[in-house]
Amino acid sequence: MSEQKIKVIITMVGLDGHTTGAEVISRVLRDAGMEVVYLGVNQTPGMIVNAAIQEDVDIIGISAHASNYSLIEDVISLLRGSGVHDVPIVVGGNVPRHTITDLKAKGIAEVFAPGATGDEIINYIRANARAQNERAA
Amino acid sequence: MNALPDPGEITNALSSDSFRACAQLITAIERATPGLTPVLQVLYRGGRGNRIIGITGPPGAGKSSLVNQLITHIRRLGKTVAILAIDPSSPFSGGAVLGDRLRMMQHSADTGVFIRSMASRGQLGGLTKAVGDALIVLDAMPWDYIIVETVGVGQNELDIMQLADTVVLVQTPMSGDDVQAAKAGINEIGDIYVVNKCDHNEADRTVRFLQSMITLGLHLQPEKIWTQPVVKTQSVSGLGIEDLANHIDHFFSVMKPDTPDMRLRRRHRIAYQTKGILRDILERRFHDSNDQQIENSIDAILTRQSDPYALVSELLAAQG
Ligand SMILES: Nc1nc2c(ncn2[C@@H]2O[C@H](COP(=O)(O)OP(=O)(O)OP(=O)(O)O)[C@@H](O)[C@H]2O)c(=O)[nH]1
Ligand SMILES: [Mg+2]
Repeated sequence: MSEQKIKVIITMVGLDGHTTGAEVISRVLRDAGMEVVYLGVNQTPGMIVNAAIQEDVDIIGISAHASNYSLIEDVISLLRGSGVHDVPIVVGGNVPRHTITDLKAKGIAEVFAPGATGDEIINYIRANARAQNERAA
Repeated sequence: MNALPDPGEITNALSSDSFRACAQLITAIERATPGLTPVLQVLYRGGRGNRIIGITGPPGAGKSSLVNQLITHIRRLGKTVAILAIDPSSPFSGGAVLGDRLRMMQHSADTGVFIRSMASRGQLGGLTKAVGDALIVLDAMPWDYIIVETVGVGQNELDIMQLADTVVLVQTPMSGDDVQAAKAGINEIGDIYVVNKCDHNEADRTVRFLQSMITLGLHLQPEKIWTQPVVKTQSVSGLGIEDLANHIDHFFSVMKPDTPDMRLRRRHRIAYQTKGILRDILERRFHDSNDQQIENSIDAILTRQSDPYALVSELLAAQG
């Protein structure tokens, strides 16, 4: 069991009920050898952050299709406020350009538009997820 | 953050710090981080002997929904609970979608509940060792209950239930053919039988079938102090959950730690856990050994100048 698998949370925030994108990306990441904890719909920022800490994940992916972007900002401030600084958050969905700028200014690492390919997302995660050997030394 | 958490961080009280340390220790277990063994030894020796409930059954039987309801019940009584939810890894990619937690998310912000998902990751000794180690960590913390969920598909996943004090086998109402198939081995695992999705019309027939299997088993082992009850539940609505929880508590009041039955179980568990660790070390030695060295030995075996037993002796003799 010594393999260093990347562990990912895939979730939606608030009342976003569009599960298809999140379910598809969960399978794509599994097929790329990652371990995906899928949280589903109706998650509050507090629930997501607790899950991230208890599951000790390497990266968080939020699927966003409704315009509840302030909740995404709450996730990042709550996560950093809990002392987790090395776990990036990425967002996937049809996000307006000015909102992307705002989210990135608030510390969201990357935003993937609906046209992003599985490979793009996989490669991004492999390059940017919390360093795998960080705690092994 | 480049050292293992101090064992002292998790043993005293439940707190956000102890939750984080616990989570990081379980990651270290999954990643076989060097330096972990002495930490586990300390934690084991300080272990509390918390009540460990195993929940298993076929895919989709409603195990996670049932656990979700059990958490609600346990929390209503003011008690605390940790959950270890194991889902199978894909044999093709080695990845996994861990979907158990999804059913329990309503408890995600509760400070008296800790939920951790683990992927089964394939190797024989690996899973036993990883789950056994994660239980060492959880048992060092002051939980009232620990619940382990596995899918009862492979022998591996069923075997893991030997690490629990009591095993809840969750089934769904069965058709005639399934009942026939289920006969083999059904009495060997399970201290409490659950027929979930009892909204289904075959539920009563399944309950009667299980009860007659249990009665048959009674004749074979008349000295047993625990007889398996059969409980009907509906884990979406919560119907039957209180009944199940009462049977679980009754189990612990009958099977007290000082009864011969329980003592025997705990001895078995230690033996099982030890075998898991041993097997993991041996498998690891095979995988970690200098590949070229193993390849050379295999060359020699191919031409019958050597044999598999000689390679085993070499591996056992190797420092590691
Ligand atoms: N009708 C009915 N459906 C149920 C009941 N309990 C669970 N389900 C449904 O069965 C499906 C599987 O439930 P889970 O709780 O995920 O089952 P599981 O056994 O944990 O599944 P795996 O971990 O994937 O093996 C879900 O869609 C549940 O809503 C029940 O009592 N009645
Ligand atoms: Mg489940």
